[in-house]
Amino acid sequence: MVNTLPDTLERPSTQQLRTWLAGVPDPEIPVLSVLDLGIVRELRWDGASCVVTITPTYSGCPAMQEISAGIRAELARHGVDDVRIETRLAPAWTTDWMTPAGKAALKGYGIAPPREQAVDISGLSRRSAAPAPECPHCGSPRTRLISQFGSTACKALYRCVACGEPFDYFKAH
Amino acid sequence: MDSSLFQYALRMGDTTLILSQRLSQWCGHGPALEEDLALTNLSLDLLGQARLWLTLAGEVEGAGRDEDRLAYLRDAPEYRNYLLAERPNGHYGDTIARQFLFDVWHYFLLQGLASSADERVAAIAAKSLKEVTYHARRSADLVVRLGDGTELSHGRMQAALEEIWFYVGELFVDDDVVADLAGRGIAVSHEALWPAWHEHVAAVLQEATLRLPDAADARHPAYQGGPSGRHTEALGYVLAEMQHLQRTYPGASW
Repeated sequence: MVNTLPDTLERPSTQQLRTWLAGVPDPEIPVLSVLDLGIVRELRWDGASCVVTITPTYSGCPAMQEISAGIRAELARHGVDDVRIETRLAPAWTTDWMTPAGKAALKGYGIAPPREQAVDISGLSRRSAAPAPECPHCGSPRTRLISQFGSTACKALYRCVACGEPFDYFKAH
Repeated sequence: MDSSLFQYALRMGDTTLILSQRLSQWCGHGPALEEDLALTNLSLDLLGQARLWLTLAGEVEGAGRDEDRLAYLRDAPEYRNYLLAERPNGHYGDTIARQFLFDVWHYFLLQGLASSADERVAAIAAKSLKEVTYHARRSADLVVRLGDGTELSHGRMQAALEEIWFYVGELFVDDDVVADLAGRGIAVSHEALWPAWHEHVAAVLQEATLRLPDAADARHPAYQGGPSGRHTEALGYVLAEMQHLQRTYPGASW
């Protein structure tokens, strides 16, 4: 940030903006903030406009519109009304950008966090080398995939062999 | 205007949009809850990708048409999707056969497009590729499950495969649009995708105990024409359903 103009002194710092965005939850998984998800790629001021650059998770994720609205509302609550939200596609979002705190919160919420690094796009082998996710309820590693696609695009459905409970797994992406 | 890029973005946008619409017709009708959810998830991914491609098409055209105008206000002859995408859902095996052959093609195509000289094309492809990798793995799983299943499911899967097979040919045609873009490093040769596609499809079908249809059957010109606007009668019905609201109440929004 270049603080050359007097009026820039009245603007909240990007660090401050970041703190506020930590209060914007994902509409589907409210224990995760937009920062935990790793979708906020850049925060900057362009003149009097606050520019928030976000990267979409899945192409068709309907939560993205809600998330933009949530960011606007939260910033407006702190007096920042002139907000421009820009979308950046590349590099594509990956679950590797999720924060450790976010992954821990997912587990506490009953959703197994993504285990391996981003989805392997190098081939179409159907045998995943990655071990099955641990059950977020009982911690057992003995779990079984029910469906590659769960209640939302980002989740797969598993069942724990040990405790019998079904659970969502946030897919590595 | 880069008319080849416009045509290509439309082609990709229309193909993903129409297939998305087809898959969405399974919502509430899937043979099991998990299958219902999986197909609607696929549909949503493809819809998101269609929006990116159609927005790009509108930008390249520069005539002020956005994704919505392109999707809702064009008639069948103006649609540029590959015919495979518009073919009816049939029974679940028909849908899975169509999806599997498409997903594998889509995967190899996006892998190539991810290194496009046009950074917008590369960005859409790289993003879509992650989603499509899941699609292709899942549909292969289903092909194996149904093919190597009961006598009934095996027979139906084999018939489904042979029926949709005719429509895969045009996915591998290098027409003027593809040739021009491939020459400029913006797209890749579609014909060159065939060996990798064929090898993977053959391997999955073998595991599924299904017979691989003849390559020559996929080359019949009677089953081609989507990218130039010559469609099967099925597309009109898809558009009638998809565009009904905008056609009846122009500009309606909520």
